[in-house]
Amino acid sequence: MIFLDWILGLLGGWLALGLAGLFALRNTDFVARVLFPAGSAIGLALAAFALLALFDVPETAILAVGLPDLPFHLRLDGLSAFFLLVIGAASAGISIFAAGYFRHGEGTPPGLLCLEYHVFLASMAMVVLADDAYAFMVMWETMALSSYFLVTANHRVPAIRQAGFLYLLIAHVGAIAILLCFGVLQANTGDYTFANMRAQSLSPLWASVAFLLATVGFGAKAGIVPLHVWLPEAHPAAPSPVSALMSGVMLKTAIYGVLRVSFDLLSVQIWWWGVLLLGIGLITALFGVAFSAVQTDMKRLLAYSSIENIGLLFVGIGLGLLFKAYGMTALAALALTAALYHVISHAFFKSLLFLATGSVLHATGERSLGKLGGLIRRMPWVATLALVGVLASSGLPPFSGFVAEWLLLQSFLFTTGLPNSFLNMLIPVVAAAIALVAALAGYVMVKFYGVIFLGQPREPNLAHAHPASPLERTGLVWLGAGCVLLGVFPVQVIGAIDPVTQVLLGDGIATAVRTNGWMLLAPISVERASYSPLVFLLVVVGAVWLTATLVHRFYHGRVRRAPPWDCGFPAQTSRMQDTAEGFGQPIREIFAPVFRMRREVPSPFDAKPTYKVSIEDHFWHWLYLPLGRLTEGIARLVGRLQQGRIAIYLLYSFITLIVLLLVAKW
Amino acid sequence: MDALLAQSINLFAVVLLVLAFAMIAQRRILTLIHLFTLQGAALVAATLVVAYLTGQHHLYWSAAITFVLKVVLIPILLHRVINRLNVRWDVETLFNIPTTMLIGIVLVIFAFNLAAPIASLSASVASGTLGIALACVLLSFLMMIVRAKAVPQVIGFLSMENGLFFAATAATSGMPMIVELGIAFDVLVGILILGVFMFQIREQFDSLDIRHLEKLKDE
Repeated sequence: MIFLDWILGLLGGWLALGLAGLFALRNTDFVARVLFPAGSAIGLALAAFALLALFDVPETAILAVGLPDLPFHLRLDGLSAFFLLVIGAASAGISIFAAGYFRHGEGTPPGLLCLEYHVFLASMAMVVLADDAYAFMVMWETMALSSYFLVTANHRVPAIRQAGFLYLLIAHVGAIAILLCFGVLQANTGDYTFANMRAQSLSPLWASVAFLLATVGFGAKAGIVPLHVWLPEAHPAAPSPVSALMSGVMLKTAIYGVLRVSFDLLSVQIWWWGVLLLGIGLITALFGVAFSAVQTDMKRLLAYSSIENIGLLFVGIGLGLLFKAYGMTALAALALTAALYHVISHAFFKSLLFLATGSVLHATGERSLGKLGGLIRRMPWVATLALVGVLASSGLPPFSGFVAEWLLLQSFLFTTGLPNSFLNMLIPVVAAAIALVAALAGYVMVKFYGVIFLGQPREPNLAHAHPASPLERTGLVWLGAGCVLLGVFPVQVIGAIDPVTQVLLGDGIATAVRTNGWMLLAPISVERASYSPLVFLLVVVGAVWLTATLVHRFYHGRVRRAPPWDCGFPAQTSRMQDTAEGFGQPIREIFAPVFRMRREVPSPFDAKPTYKVSIEDHFWHWLYLPLGRLTEGIARLVGRLQQGRIAIYLLYSFITLIVLLLVAKW
Repeated sequence: MDALLAQSINLFAVVLLVLAFAMIAQRRILTLIHLFTLQGAALVAATLVVAYLTGQHHLYWSAAITFVLKVVLIPILLHRVINRLNVRWDVETLFNIPTTMLIGIVLVIFAFNLAAPIASLSASVASGTLGIALACVLLSFLMMIVRAKAVPQVIGFLSMENGLFFAATAATSGMPMIVELGIAFDVLVGILILGVFMFQIREQFDSLDIRHLEKLKDE
């Protein structure tokens, strides 16, 4: 009982900080120097308690809030504890960064931002704690609303208001689907507690309906194709710590929802669910990575990269479902471990990258990749830590992203045992596609890092870029350290994921992994595949150190600073470097059918040539715009009721009343 | 004595109904407010009689609240509003009065027809008057529809609430105290908001004619 009480106390602390912000509405110093660091400390404490609770027995509580006779049921089990750990650990870094980030006089007053921010954090934590549909939906909506207000923090800009509206709209469509899903799950008993839903045994048809509704509902929040359109709009609109929180943490609550419904609340799993999630995940991942390769706005690029990572997560969950449906729980545990590993890894590296873009944005006032460059000299801290994030994001050892993707690919290699020959043929193709996604993600990250931090500054004003403040650096260091530690100690991390798979599947891979000692990671057996991160790290660090020493020893003092080789063309400017557009060009050509591209190529005789390319999403034109037109048409029909005369409106109610009375009489 | 009192409930009910008709036909705003005050007084009297006959003490309280609110407070507020707005002139109706009265009679017949089966189920002393209460509600609603000025419309709204209150007393010997308090508070807040609203309309259009609000429609 004790952990849940402590955690609730901490969430209360977050709310108190938010309310304190309300009383210091325009006192930027107080909000930034006191409230946000305090929120960060609470995040750390939350992560610590969640880690302890992870290995403890499930705890339940009933909160006497809400409607009469309808209290909030809460439950802290392995799955919720793991996601609480993610929320607490990632938000600790983001909050301390935000303390240095929010400045005076940008849209919403800082005190109000502080309230929205902490309500957002607390509601995310409550979502994963909720043990009945009522509490879950209330917290889910609180989360959507508070994040909406955070996205529209700079609400004087019309484009930001539009982005916020799109986000809110899709969030509500998703919420309706989730509500219906819970309606199906309670199987007409009228009892909306999760305990009751677990006890129901639905027919395969209704179970599938519930599963599909959950996929749509949580998919809208996670950003699966075609419900992804809000991500690339909302993330650039939001302040960077908010983008980091939404992408790194909030998307994970949707993953939590999918896991909770499909593995925990539904008592039986059907194999084609897994295939469906695999398919959706694969399309989402490919779509996300292809789009992120052609973006020129750094936050949009990261938003599409988040879509790609969500796709990978869905692939992992789908594979887990597939194995679970065929009763192969050990392999299901491997796939789910990979997915959960990716959850925590993505929480760290994507938050880190979004925060790094925030620092760059503040230092330069520029979000477009085409106007950045060479910032590694002006902002060494941000550049170094962003490099950690970028390497983790591209799935390179010894960082966290590698372990997650490696585990995912490992779990694919064992699918040959499936008792369905069609799937046995299909799944290697998926594995190949995942490898393609991982490679393209690396390409995207090279572009992201190379264009922003390497090379020469593309604009003269970049020379005035100032380095990040100490508080911002602290946040970045915390998240960067997370990326490294998660990559170097995979056996320990898998040990922490084990209770979750035990809750969901009754099986785990931690005992098998631990037999090889804490140095060597071998998910199935040492003979098949193993990875020793520490050895790898030592070799890499050793090689780098050796090279650096040798270079210094033998070349020291002979370094000559001169213009680099200029290809025989001395009139070069820094604008002639490879641009983001140029770097993304091959992908744009290879994946041309995926994009809706408009290009304006200048004629050879143009004295002032301009080149313009805009990349749009097919789904806008195939799905969203027709839907929008349909809605407007219906609204216009309904609008005829509106005459503008009060007498007419009163007459409507009068006639309704009379008709209802007549109906009641019969 | 009790039989006489029981008869007197019917009398008050009829007074309410006649007043409702009178309000539909009345053109002057000042007289309209007087009629509304009278209607409130009749309602208080009817409630007191029902309270005495059934021995339900909370009805005394609701009678007291009704008195304070509908006989004293709201008429005073309305008088102040029409003084401040300077509108003691005649009100015009959208339809001509005889037609409205005829529609009103049809509504009364409808209400009686509707209330007959419900009244036979109710055990309250005043159950026979349910039809009248319902008719009052519908007549006030009709008044709101046909009036073109803001103040008479507000009075129509308040008079509708009178009818509802009477219906509750007649059918079930009054609503629970908490509901009554809530409604009383609602009416008070409602009249304040509508008062502000009327000043705003005047400010905007130099007139209290709500037909001007048609301009606010989105094209």
